Formats: sequence, structure tokens, C-alpha cells
Amino acid sequence: MTGLDLPGFADPVGDAQTTFRALLDAMARPGTLHEVADLAAPPPLGAASASVLLTLVDGETSLWLDASCMAARAWLVFHCGAVLTDDPATAAFAVSIGMPPLGIFCAGNDVAPEESATLVVQVEELGTGPAYRFSGPGLRLPSLLQVAGLPEDFPVQWTANHALYPRGIDLVLCAGARFCCLPRSVQIEMG
Amino acid sequence: MAYVAVKGGERAIDAAHAWLAEERRGDPDVPEITIAQIGEQLGRAVDRVMAEASCYDPALASLAIKQAQGDLIEAAFLLRAYRTTLPRFAAARPIDTDAMQISRRISAIYKDLPGGQVLGPTYDYTHRLLDFRLADGAPPADDSPPASALQDMPKNGAEEGAAAGRMKPVSAILAHEGLIEEDDVADAPPGDLTREPLAFPAGRDLRLQALARGDEGFLLSLGYSTQRGWGGTHPFVGEIRVGEVAIEIDPPELGFPIEIGDIIVTECQMVNQFKGSKAAPPQFTRGYGLCFGHGERKAMAMALVDRAMRAEELGEEVIAPAQTIEFVLSHCDNIEATGFVEHLKLPHYVDFQSELETIRRLRREAEAFASQDRREAAE
Amino acid sequence: MAEGITGPEPNVKRQRWMAVLARASVTEIEALLAGMEPPRPHIRLRGPEIGLVMARGRAGGGGAPFNLGEMTVTRCTVRDAGGRIGHAYVIGRDPRHAELAAMLDAAMQDEARHDRLERMIIAPLAASQAEARAASARKTAATRVQFFTMANMR
Repeated sequence: MTGLDLPGFADPVGDAQTTFRALLDAMARPGTLHEVADLAAPPPLGAASASVLLTLVDGETSLWLDASCMAARAWLVFHCGAVLTDDPATAAFAVSIGMPPLGIFCAGNDVAPEESATLVVQVEELGTGPAYRFSGPGLRLPSLLQVAGLPEDFPVQWTANHALYPRGIDLVLCAGARFCCLPRSVQIEMG
Repeated sequence: MAYVAVKGGERAIDAAHAWLAEERRGDPDVPEITIAQIGEQLGRAVDRVMAEASCYDPALASLAIKQAQGDLIEAAFLLRAYRTTLPRFAAARPIDTDAMQISRRISAIYKDLPGGQVLGPTYDYTHRLLDFRLADGAPPADDSPPASALQDMPKNGAEEGAAAGRMKPVSAILAHEGLIEEDDVADAPPGDLTREPLAFPAGRDLRLQALARGDEGFLLSLGYSTQRGWGGTHPFVGEIRVGEVAIEIDPPELGFPIEIGDIIVTECQMVNQFKGSKAAPPQFTRGYGLCFGHGERKAMAMALVDRAMRAEELGEEVIAPAQTIEFVLSHCDNIEATGFVEHLKLPHYVDFQSELETIRRLRREAEAFASQDRREAAE
Repeated sequence: MAEGITGPEPNVKRQRWMAVLARASVTEIEALLAGMEPPRPHIRLRGPEIGLVMARGRAGGGGAPFNLGEMTVTRCTVRDAGGRIGHAYVIGRDPRHAELAAMLDAAMQDEARHDRLERMIIAPLAASQAEARAASARKTAATRVQFFTMANMR
């Protein structure tokens, strides 16, 4: 039984609440960097991806795993109680190393835009690499953030996603213990 | 509807809470009741709270009863609220009531049914006379049945085996002759009204879930109404059984099912006459009742109402409240009902002011109209 | 006579001991453990944590499933020094019960300790549970109605 060698949160309720609070702040201020407490995450996941998933995913949400994350599968099933799905279009949450094509996920519908997927994407690094400029609700002035590991056409994909508003995918970018959020409402350009 | 935030009540509320705590405790010279005492000695109240809270935990239900001073709807509310703070680990496999460890099992349609009529701990044959010996906590008088009555039973293996082993439901006897409808064997995942808001038409899965947690008094009255002609179903008690059933879950990390303990439930199979329809021959149909704990009245009422709500499905005319699915399901939950009835206590000052204005205006207009009439009549 | 935990259906044995531990009380388990060498250390992988399990019934007793209501359940998963993983789910809200059951589930998977634990812990618990069921069945049987037909004297 692989994947059970590592525990989840040391304090399941307190740690999930702290991470949830940070996620709320991060969603409200797109592109700002946040950090999670140390966690022995199952490879290939980092502490941030693992903490975000422990916080958001449970037995009543479906989770899609990119092939790159299969090594963490047993851990996710055990600690999150995640219900795995093979079909990205039915996933409430998805986790992947590197950006998957946004178009394969559910963007919600006009009656229930909240039914769209939330993607937890692990990138190479946050704070170094190409700079992106974010603007939109929650940002008084445009903000800049360097992200290493996003595909070249990411701003184009994102523009298409943003155009669906109020529908659209929300993103949580993670690297190591750091993360930032890109809700569907934000506009992104190369900085 | 509008509510007004009002400040200034905090001290009054604190004082009210303090008085409530004092009143709950009562005379300090009388020993304080313990949770264990409630659990052991007020078991039927505990069972009712668990059923209506839709949360099986005798110790928590006992605590809720203590905290609510025995107000069982308030207690169910407290337990239902606590329930929402917990994650759901799993859904269990459906319980197997044939394999129940029976403590009571009776049938009103077959005297000599296989396994026999087993009375269990019942009030049915008590005389409903107040027993003043209980008031004093005195030992039972000599005329009460000796505890040994429970020991001298036939230690005959077959009899014991019947009580401990699987007991086929009475309906199986009728099913053997093909005179009763079969259970529908669809195994689709059931709807869950704690996750999805109730929508109509509601399937039998959702109806049974709502009834299982519905108010006993409401269901009792509705069940009674069907007997008095408001959607009659010609019911017979096919069988009532009370006892322990095992709870079995399939943890994904194990890959095989495990039993995690037992709970007590009450089941009622009501057998109802059915004249037949275009689609089905004349036969017996069934209403089903199942609830947490020892709740015979609840399970029977539930079975009556379940059958009544199947009127449309069986091609019967829907004419009575008990047959009207939306009416029953929208009003059977006593926690929702108490919330909406009791919210009338909240400040409605603005609402009421506007009503007052309206009434005054209508009154003025009516008076003006009347005096104009009088003038016209005088002219 | 020592059967160990292998055999044609190892899961069946594990199901049995897990069920026995779930139905036992903490007091009983601790009393039996007191007569043995101290348990080996373990680390907690998950829990003990309290949650809910949705109980289900079947319409008509044998038909389509429906949600009956939830119950409180405590679960725990531990890993012992030998790397064995023990799981427990028990009805109620006693974290100690879940942890003891998980710890013993791990220990029972250890060939070296299995037979002794089976003899010293699981078998006595199973016996007392069987006795409780039998006692309850005897009480039930005492309330069985013995119908007899009145002889016609004419």
C-alpha cells in the first residue's frame, strides 16, 4: 500500500482552516504570493499543492489527476478521501505538474458558473522566470509576478478563459511551499 | 421581509441565558441528571431525537436532551447542528434487516409465521396505569413479573437460532405466491436531501429519507388521516421488527468491506390492499418504514405515509394531504418547521410599520368612501 | 494449529478481527492489553478523527437503497515500527477506541505476533460479544408467544 507512508496535516482542522484562509486571501488578491506551513508532501507534489488539496478536496468532490501526479494518487485518496475521475470534464478539482490545456475542463454554465473546475497546477518556480502582469477585481493597480514553467501560449489560453466570464476556470499555481491564485476574473498579459 | 438590527439587548440576553441555565438545573438540592441516566433511562426520547436529528449517537442525543430541558425538537435541532460540523467519511452499504439481531418481531397477518411472534420489551400489554412504585424508586412489588421470567426460556437450539439468525420478512411468504409486489431492485445511488435541495417530483429514495427524519407527530397524524379515509390504503401490519443491524462500509484504502459496529433500528412492513390497474394485477402493495432506535409508532406512521405517497405511481387518485408528495415532504421536517414558525418571534418592526401604514390608509379611504356615499344618499 | 494470517482468504480473517475490535469497548481492550507486553510504538498517519457515515436502508427492505441518516464514526490509521499499516473505523466518538483498534489491526498483520494476539485479545473479545448476543437472544426468545389451541371439550 504505497502512499500511506506519509501523514497529512498534523492538525487537520487547524491547518486546513489556515490554508483555507490563505486561499481566500490569494483569490481576493490575484497574483499575490502566499506560503503554506511545512508539510511532508508525497512526490511529485510540493507542500503548497498538497496543502491546497488537503484543504479543498474531500469525499464529495471529484478530482482529476494528470498522469504526472499518479505517484501521489494513493496519498490523495487516503488523506483527502478524493473521488477520482478519469474524465477531466467532470472534475471539480484537478491537479497537474505543469499546465494542462484549460479547454478540457468544465467551465460551468450560465445558470451555475460555480460548477466550473478549480485547477491546482504545480509550476517550476514562483518569483523567478518570465514576468506576467495581472489586473482586474481585487487589484487596485496591476501587479507583476514572475512564474517559471507556464506554457508560451498561456496568456492566449487565459484570455479565452477570461472571456467566458462569469463562467471559467480558476487556477491555483503552486511551487514548493508558495502559491498564488488566478481567478477567472483576472486579466493576464506578459509583463 | 425585512429585519432590523437592534442593539442594546446584550445584557438582557446574558441575563436570560443565566436564568435559563438556572432553570435547567432546577433545585440544586435535587441531584443533577447525568447523560448516562438519560441514555439508560429515557431511551425512547434519545431514539426519537436521533431519528429526527438524522444522526445516530446516543450520548450526544442524551446531552442534547439535557441541554434542551427535555424539549425533544430543540434537542434534535442541537444534534442536527452539531452534525454539520463533521466531515462525511463514507456511505455505508444498505443495512440488511433480514439479518437483524431481533429484540422484537410481530406480525398482524400471520399468527404462526416462521420464527414466531416475539414481543420484546413492549408497552403493548401494559395497563397504562401509572405505576407509583416507580415514583419512589422502590423495588418492584411481588406481583410484578420475576426477572427470572427472562431466564426460563427454552434453550432449544432451533428457537434460539431463529432469534439470532436470519429471519425472512413476512412479505416473503406472500411473495412466494406472487400475491404481493416485489421490491424494485434498482441499485442506483440514492439521492441525498442533505446535499441537494429537495426538488419535485421526488423519488421514493428521497421520500423515505425525508420520512425517516420527519417529525413523529406529523407523520402519526398523516398516517392516521389515511386510516380515516383521507387517502385510505387498507393497511395491515405485515411485520414490525426492532433490533440491531450491522453497519458495513467499504473504505477505499482497504479494498474490502468492514463492519464498524451495530445500530438499533425499527422496521415496519405495511401490507396494503390494491385493486389492480392497467399495468398491475390485483395484489398487495407495501408501505415501508425504517427509523433509528426503537420507534415503532414512527416506523408504522412512516410506512402508512410512504404507501399513501405512492398513489400516483400506482394509478390511484391523489385527493388527500398524505398522498401529496410536495405537501408531506415540505412540512415533515420539524427543524425546518420550527425555524420558520419560530422566526415570527424575530423583530419585524419595519414590516409591521408598513402594514400599519397600509391598514391606516385603507381605513381612511374606506371612511372617505362611506361619507361620500352618505352625502350622496342625503342629496 | 497456529494458522497465521495467510491462507486462502486473508481479508476474511482481517475483516473478522476488525469487526471484533470495532464492537469491543476501550475498557475491555485495555484490560486484555494490560496482561501483555507493552504495545510497540506506532505513528499516526491519519486521525484519530471524528466524522460521519451515512447509513442506508432499502425501500421495502430489499429494494433500491435510500439514505436513512448519519451516525458518528471515529477512524484512525497508524503505522507500526515494522511499517505495517493498521486501519480502524468504529461507531461513536472515542478516539482512543479507534487508535487502539488501528494499532491492533497493524499488530495482527505481524506473523510473529498474530497468533498470540488472536488468542489473548481477539478470541476473548469475540467470545464476550457472542455471549452478549446469546444473552440477548435468550431474552428475546422468552418473549416468544407460544400459541396453543384450546381443546374442544364437547
